[in-house]
Amino acid sequence: MRKFLAPLIVSTMLAAPAWAKDELAIGITQFPATLNPSIESMLAKTYVLAFAHRPITAYDASWQLTCLLCEKLPTIENGLAKVETLEGGRKGIAATYALRADAKWADGTPVTTDDVVFSWEVGRHPQSGVAAAELFRRITRVEVKDSRTFTLHVDKLTFDYNAINDLHLLPAHIERKRFEGAPSEYRNRTAYDQDSTNPGLYNGPYRITSVVQGSHVVLEPNTYWGGTKPGFKRIVIKAIENTASLEANLLSGGIDMIAGELGLPLEQSLAFEKRHGARFNVITKPSLSYEHLDLNLSSSLLSEPKVRRALLLGLDRETISRQLFEGRQIVAESVVPPLDWVFAADLPKASFDPVRANQLLDDAGWMVGPGGVRVNHRRERLSLELVTTAGNRSRELIAQVMQAQWKKIGVELRIKTEPPRVMFGDTVTRRKFPHMALFAWYSAPESVPRSTLHSSMIPNAGNNWSGQNYPGYASPAMDQLLDSVEVELSKDKRKAIWRDIQALYAADLPALPLFFKSDSFILPKELKGVQPTGHQDPSPYWAENWRWE
Amino acid sequence: MGVTTRLLQSVLVLLLMSFVVYGLMGLMPGDPIDLMIAGDPRLTPDDAVRLKALYGLDQPWMERWLRWLGQFIQGELGYSRLYARPVAEAMAPALGNSALLMLSAMALSLSVAIPLGILASLRPGGPLDRLVNLLAFASVSVPVFWLGLMLIVVFAVGLGMLPAGGVETVGGGGLADRLRHMVLPVAALALAGIGQAARHMRAAMIGEAGADYIRTARAKGCGPARVVLGHQLRNALLPITTIVALEFGGLFSGALITETVFAWPGMGRLIYEAVMGNDFNLALSGLLLATAMTLTGSILADMAYLRLDPRIGRK
Repeated sequence: MRKFLAPLIVSTMLAAPAWAKDELAIGITQFPATLNPSIESMLAKTYVLAFAHRPITAYDASWQLTCLLCEKLPTIENGLAKVETLEGGRKGIAATYALRADAKWADGTPVTTDDVVFSWEVGRHPQSGVAAAELFRRITRVEVKDSRTFTLHVDKLTFDYNAINDLHLLPAHIERKRFEGAPSEYRNRTAYDQDSTNPGLYNGPYRITSVVQGSHVVLEPNTYWGGTKPGFKRIVIKAIENTASLEANLLSGGIDMIAGELGLPLEQSLAFEKRHGARFNVITKPSLSYEHLDLNLSSSLLSEPKVRRALLLGLDRETISRQLFEGRQIVAESVVPPLDWVFAADLPKASFDPVRANQLLDDAGWMVGPGGVRVNHRRERLSLELVTTAGNRSRELIAQVMQAQWKKIGVELRIKTEPPRVMFGDTVTRRKFPHMALFAWYSAPESVPRSTLHSSMIPNAGNNWSGQNYPGYASPAMDQLLDSVEVELSKDKRKAIWRDIQALYAADLPALPLFFKSDSFILPKELKGVQPTGHQDPSPYWAENWRWE
Repeated sequence: MGVTTRLLQSVLVLLLMSFVVYGLMGLMPGDPIDLMIAGDPRLTPDDAVRLKALYGLDQPWMERWLRWLGQFIQGELGYSRLYARPVAEAMAPALGNSALLMLSAMALSLSVAIPLGILASLRPGGPLDRLVNLLAFASVSVPVFWLGLMLIVVFAVGLGMLPAGGVETVGGGGLADRLRHMVLPVAALALAGIGQAARHMRAAMIGEAGADYIRTARAKGCGPARVVLGHQLRNALLPITTIVALEFGGLFSGALITETVFAWPGMGRLIYEAVMGNDFNLALSGLLLATAMTLTGSILADMAYLRLDPRIGRK
């Protein structure tokens, strides 16, 4: 008997960690500067808070808008949203939401419309320090029906009228007194930073119980959470900036998983998978991060559409993705990713075609000159400068491959790298890049690219360099499409407009589309329920479903 | 030169330092709001203008420096923009962590380097000297980030003996736990520092070996140990004192690379993030503290020189 019992006990002890684990340690590469959900905009904060603080609405893993703190999404069809006519005949919308009956702050105080009104007051105050304030500016009035039901009156009717993802609720019973005395000092006095472990600040399945600045954050279950019971007694989020150290911490057991939202770059995680794939699940999720080349259309070398098309056709993006990223980075055809429902799959793809690329350059008057570099009739060389972010290994590799591929069609590429701060603070934002800038835009599902494509968004000294249309793209047709897609409520009609936007983008090529980046999640095999989203609403918005099995 | 004069000079240096740091940060292209805009599609150009005005980033840097100086003179360090708390509160834990790390590393480094330097100097060109030289060159040449990663790979990943990073086990594991977390970063820093200190020690000892007082001591019948440790070492410690004094400021400014590799929340990372994030209050306070400590170290070194060699005072 003893002979059989001993191995059984040993195997049971060895198996114990797999089912008895009640603590999950997550590694991320950044530490949040503030924990206030409305102040500053930082991915680390969004990630950490997602365990403890829920917005009213969010996009889920299938990129559909969903209620997190509300009972039902208001729509015109279900009668909870009503079109309003405003002064001057403009259209607005009144959308009615009901907060979940079981929504409570972790000190037991119910989440109420008082919190909604207070959060709106903070958001619209110009000195409160709230980062994304567009929604708050558009909400003209909050009409309180009862302690759970409220109507938002918005001064513009757009197709995404019911998406209030940026309306993060602040607990009025804690924050009001800190805000009302001195709104301009609120960002320094918020309890989220001065009293971070106060349970009344959190309404998610977990609440923050410890913050060690620059090191880690500890979360424990919110006993007042009304939804699915969280699966862990403790979640520890550790900030480990260096990705090699992050990997070493995972292998040595210092952390259990690496978050995809703020973890290893794709090429590093692919290498990790080859070495340690048997121990971990490596999940790559295509994201809404659009890697592209902004072209400076003011440059005489790039003003001709044939040249821009030739450059795109001269790039073998499929091979770049296959060789550098094992094909896990989706080739982009425009600003819209294939996972978005408005993606126009029927549009022709700009596949690698060096013969056509050479022909287009010949047609544009660029003939092969000395040293194989094309020259025009003014003896100008087709020599382009590409600026990208220093220290981003992936971009540096892509740029080098592009350099080699374009050389074959007679285009010289000079690569220049700059620190992100210089590049985004000066070179790109003030349109100082002579020809090309390689970087990514992070967007939301069905996000209208007004700020990057509308002619009113071209940065210049006159508008104090605001706007993100860095190429200087000015197309009345595109302006009209962007204006109309924003206010089109019919999904069918909107899809048709989106198709036109993508077709026009592919024809005009204000930027050369490269890839939609993939996030890499490195998870222990026993961890179930993590659903990468690929957009700005991170996976821990559904952390109550995470289980160690 | 009197202590009062040295203190007045130090104040002037600090003032100049604050001006230069503020100016360099102010002249850096771009600001954190630009980076924020690039990373968040929800932010509009209006938001950028509003946030820049709110944080004073739209004002000329000279105006901001004068305002900061006025507050600083009144003892007001201000708020950290990055950490949304008073500067002193944001700096305190990092300061403690860095001082602990750097002090331990320096103590370990000197306690190994000084005997090595002495031993190497006893027979210049001998086998031991060559070995110490080899180790010293290796110590100086090996990049500290690589050394740190190798230590992690061997002792944390491979052998599983020590934690790969952090200050302590989450939840607190007591003194022994904190010491375990210190082993690898302290070892990385100490190993990187041993070479330089050993080389200086060796050179100073060899320099002193031919001095008249050494010959006199030997002639008076002093044994080799007494000559080396009692006479030669005392004078050879002057250059080491200089090194220690110069590194005194480093105790409070941290070691950026080591702190990053070992996820050690210290002053190096804090100051770096503050500079890159245009957190003027935090960056200036951190850098001025390091400068002040270096200046203090320099004054202390002068006092130590007087003690080690009273002739310096008479000159």
